[in-house]
Amino acid sequence: MRPFDYVRPAEASSAVATVAGDPGAAYIGGGTNLVDHMKLGIAAPTSLVDVRGLLSDRVEETPEGVLRVGAAVPNSDLAAHPEVRRRFPVLSQALLSGASGQLRNVATTGGNLLQRTRCVYFQNRAMPCNKREPGTGCAAVEGYGRYNAVLGTSEHCVATHPSDMAVALTALGARVRVLGPEGERTVDLPGLHRLPGDRPERDTVLEHGELITAVELPRLPLARRSAYRKVRDRASYAFALVSVAAALEVVEGTVTDVRVAFGGLAHAPWRALRAEEVLRGRAATEESFREAAEAELAGARTGPDNAFKVPLAVNTLAATLRGLTAEEARR
Amino acid sequence: MSETRVMGQPLTRLEGERKVTGRAPYAYEHPLTDPLYLHPVLSTVPRGRLTGVDASAAEALAGVRAVLTPYNAERLAGAGDGEFAVLQSEEVSFHGQFVAAVVADTPETAREAAALVRVEYARAPHDVVLTADHERLYRPVGEDDEGPASDTEEGEVEAALERAEVVVDQTYRTPTEHNNPMEPHTTVAVWEEEPGRLTLYDSTQGVHVVRASVAGVFGLDPERVRVVAPHVGGGFGSKGEAHAHDVLAAMAARVLPGRPVKFALTRQHMFSLVGYRTPTIQRVRLGADRRGRLDVVVHESVEQTSTVQEFTENSAMCSRWMYAAPHRRTRHRMAALDVPVNFWMRAPGEAPGMYALESAMDELAQACGVDPVELRVRNEPERDPQSGAPWSDRQLVRCLREGAERFGWYGRDPSPRARREGDWWVGTGVAAASYPHLYNPGSVAVVRYGGEGVYEVSIGAVDIGTGAWTALTQIAADALGVSVSRVRLRIGDTDLPSASVAGGSSGTSSWGTAIVAAARAFAAEHGGAPAPGAVARASAGEDTVDEGYAVYSFGAHFAEVAVHADTGEVRVPRMYGLFSVGRVVNPRMVRSQFLGGMVMGLSMALHEQSFRDPRYGHVANGDFAEYHVATNADVRDLRAEWLEGEDPRATPMGSRGVGEIGVVGTAAAVANAVYHATGVRVRDLPITLDTLVR
Amino acid sequence: MEATITLRVDGEKHELTVDTRTTLLDALRDRLGVTSPKKGCDHGQCGACTVLVEGRRVLSCLTFAVAQEEAEVTTAAGLAGEGELHPVARAFVDNDGFQCGYCTPGQVCSAVGMLREAAEGWPSHVSGDLEGPVRLDDEEIRERMSGNLCRCGAYANIVAAIREAAE
Repeated sequence: MRPFDYVRPAEASSAVATVAGDPGAAYIGGGTNLVDHMKLGIAAPTSLVDVRGLLSDRVEETPEGVLRVGAAVPNSDLAAHPEVRRRFPVLSQALLSGASGQLRNVATTGGNLLQRTRCVYFQNRAMPCNKREPGTGCAAVEGYGRYNAVLGTSEHCVATHPSDMAVALTALGARVRVLGPEGERTVDLPGLHRLPGDRPERDTVLEHGELITAVELPRLPLARRSAYRKVRDRASYAFALVSVAAALEVVEGTVTDVRVAFGGLAHAPWRALRAEEVLRGRAATEESFREAAEAELAGARTGPDNAFKVPLAVNTLAATLRGLTAEEARR
Repeated sequence: MSETRVMGQPLTRLEGERKVTGRAPYAYEHPLTDPLYLHPVLSTVPRGRLTGVDASAAEALAGVRAVLTPYNAERLAGAGDGEFAVLQSEEVSFHGQFVAAVVADTPETAREAAALVRVEYARAPHDVVLTADHERLYRPVGEDDEGPASDTEEGEVEAALERAEVVVDQTYRTPTEHNNPMEPHTTVAVWEEEPGRLTLYDSTQGVHVVRASVAGVFGLDPERVRVVAPHVGGGFGSKGEAHAHDVLAAMAARVLPGRPVKFALTRQHMFSLVGYRTPTIQRVRLGADRRGRLDVVVHESVEQTSTVQEFTENSAMCSRWMYAAPHRRTRHRMAALDVPVNFWMRAPGEAPGMYALESAMDELAQACGVDPVELRVRNEPERDPQSGAPWSDRQLVRCLREGAERFGWYGRDPSPRARREGDWWVGTGVAAASYPHLYNPGSVAVVRYGGEGVYEVSIGAVDIGTGAWTALTQIAADALGVSVSRVRLRIGDTDLPSASVAGGSSGTSSWGTAIVAAARAFAAEHGGAPAPGAVARASAGEDTVDEGYAVYSFGAHFAEVAVHADTGEVRVPRMYGLFSVGRVVNPRMVRSQFLGGMVMGLSMALHEQSFRDPRYGHVANGDFAEYHVATNADVRDLRAEWLEGEDPRATPMGSRGVGEIGVVGTAAAVANAVYHATGVRVRDLPITLDTLVR
Repeated sequence: MEATITLRVDGEKHELTVDTRTTLLDALRDRLGVTSPKKGCDHGQCGACTVLVEGRRVLSCLTFAVAQEEAEVTTAAGLAGEGELHPVARAFVDNDGFQCGYCTPGQVCSAVGMLREAAEGWPSHVSGDLEGPVRLDDEEIRERMSGNLCRCGAYANIVAAIREAAE
């Protein structure tokens, strides 16, 4: 690890000025992802700007009914927040399915959104990787491929986004508040995370120096019947092979509203707009669920190691919607 | 032994309080003044030669004390060209080999400097992929070599297969697996120039084993090498010998006399430097009559080893004693590839071998329409099929039948994919377990009377989590006829009498035998009223095992498996093992050993796989995030029991080893249950949802 | 780069100068000689380094010591007074909730932190009802303790120990 300066500014604006003015500087929040990467040598900032103390660690409701989550709110606290549990169970469930109790106690809301891929070639400095070192090639395409993306890939990168929380926030259409040297702006999910294209080194649309200050959850009554289903190799403490965040409203057997996002399939949390479109107005049946899922996965590009993700994603979405339908029927 | 008042009691671990508070010192944690820290540089190509190592940037860093490379490293006296030949040439034989090392004042500086060392390679073509028909397959143990024969053949195998009413002919594969003890391999080395003495605080399963190896490598009198290991954070075989890191740490210490050099491997380093279980490709052919009585057993295993050093995993050996069949063949073939050195991993041979054999037995049961428990009972041999000797204590049938009762096996619908509970397909599976009784001769124990009723018992044994601290104290207490509180046990140091390795489930047998011998010698020399300071020393005999008998442990595993109908996720709601291991010295700890073995077997069945990238030769998933071992949530209702008994033909304590049998056969029980649940027979481990999702 | 910080570890205050790169785990083990938390993976993948910071269980390998200025750090060695055992630690001994002992201080700290989380009503991944009270049954304990790997496979006994300590 390269030596670095460590500073703890008193205000967000001075933190932003510091990082924006120094290409070698980086923000650190909980550090659970960045410290890992610094040890691996895949992140090498010369200056760390600790923003934990100057960002809000509270969840507050605005007069408009928007739930405003400070960027420093730990994952554990967000998952346990009574309003989140009541109004956005999909988010609580996603958070609780991620990492471990110890990690959730430290990892922050802002940091979790910016979590970088777990691709094993990205993590190993001895390997070619366009995301880590643009132009060196992608070792993953023909390598260890179980976790590789199947949607929105490019020849340059097949990495997947590892966050569970981000998948739920994407389904919920959360808004990300960002502070930059030019002032504040808002990025609506799924607009934060990029597909790799020919710039896989860029995970998000944020510019160097921009700082996530909060995440806003607009009112979404639909989300009270929502669920997160994560499929992984172990029963716990493992990254998703495929995950589904879904919210569903069924009136008299017909889907009146629906939100779906997938994890584990793409470089970004994948909002399944095509599946949603297929479902709206359709009978809430197994047939519709599968048809919607298949429509979303129609463009999947797979290799021998990750071809299973297509049937797995279809089945998982169908099962999740089936579960939500049954839940609705019980009410 | 006449009286057993303490043996058999479920004492809690004597070192327990120190472990739960974290005060028991492991290799890295002995308080030493002014330590230095070593960080290595590993090769990033699988084969080739170094063409240059530029350490200038590393050497220029403040706090760097030494950079070792093949160009400046000491020429080792006795390393040969195997695993211990660290930094002895420009040759690169596998990805992840030591090519340089930095020693610095702080761990941060050492690590930073290691990243600054520039290494150039001339790459050579490499081969890291094992195949069933690899062109370089050879027979590892030739006619004139020592060790168990690679091949055995009895009767007329091909003719028997030809005429068999029912034949199972399948190939089973197990992947590369890494031991991954929780404590990374660590050596803290101190070299004192006067009088030329090397001390290693080492994470090892055998202090005397490491001393012998390291002394040999450096051409030192073993008396000038001390190895200390009071507590060891697991090993499962990988700490059963010195490895290259012991040599590297000692080399660094010799460059920097008087300063302790601390070298703890990272988790990632452990995927190329401390051994692993070879992948296996096992073809099993069983021929039987319609009632499932075996006439022929053929078990052929293809495995890999490294070009650096040979290690043979005898996966087909279990088929030499498990079942009666007049016609049998076992065969091992190996290819030396450009891969790291493989070595022991819990039940080497039996763990992968019994997965294959016991899966095939399940397939035979299915083919014959015979209950899998009953099928095994029908093939019970009266005597050891390979030696013809009578069994000392073969209790497989009891383990199977009583285990089946206690698990609730009977009454199951044998047809696959027949039981659905909610979203889950549910099935049950059984497999037999077995492990030979191994005994290492030559361990020495010393008993010294300290006065006031207290005896000091010394032996250079090691507790890697097996419970040796407690079990040996119990054995000593009974042997001396005193209570546990009167015994002071000293272990884990080469300053103590020589002891064999904690491996092959042989520790308690081998060390306990020495302690019993020393206690008997003490009684003979000093009678019932010894004077304070009275000492007796005794060695465990060459072979105390009754030669006329075949001495093995047996067991039966039962697993209930649930497979998610939508996702193919596999869960194991219930697992039960019933074992026969002779006398149980400490029920609390023996149970833990069984459970631990079963958890590792479950992990082997569902999770563990090191993916070696054919292009680069490294393990792509080489850390704890990607190399999955079972978590707490993966282990649900898990129970282990045993048949009361004793086997005086095995050891004077009447006990046999317990460390490995729990992992033997477990994966087959799970795989067989997956078949019963889903109708899908998975013959490649691990069983992941990829193959089960539809 | 160096920084001078104050750490409060197991009730004792330490002022020390650290490399900014030094993790809390390395500061404890290498600088202060507090070797109760263990290094199993150094990347947040095993849980052996778990300590309590201000009562919350955290991984000491994934935080820099400089970021823990003035923090109250409790290791398994400091959970109870000298010569005493914390009830959770006692239950680990009584239930043989470990073998090699290397993951154990992390398991014990994790269990103590976890029991507090459950007492506060935090749900887990396996909680059927996110809004209901927490019933700490075996399934809940297993899930909540899954961030602590044990290669000796002592899980069944760990669960028994925590169940006993929770009662």
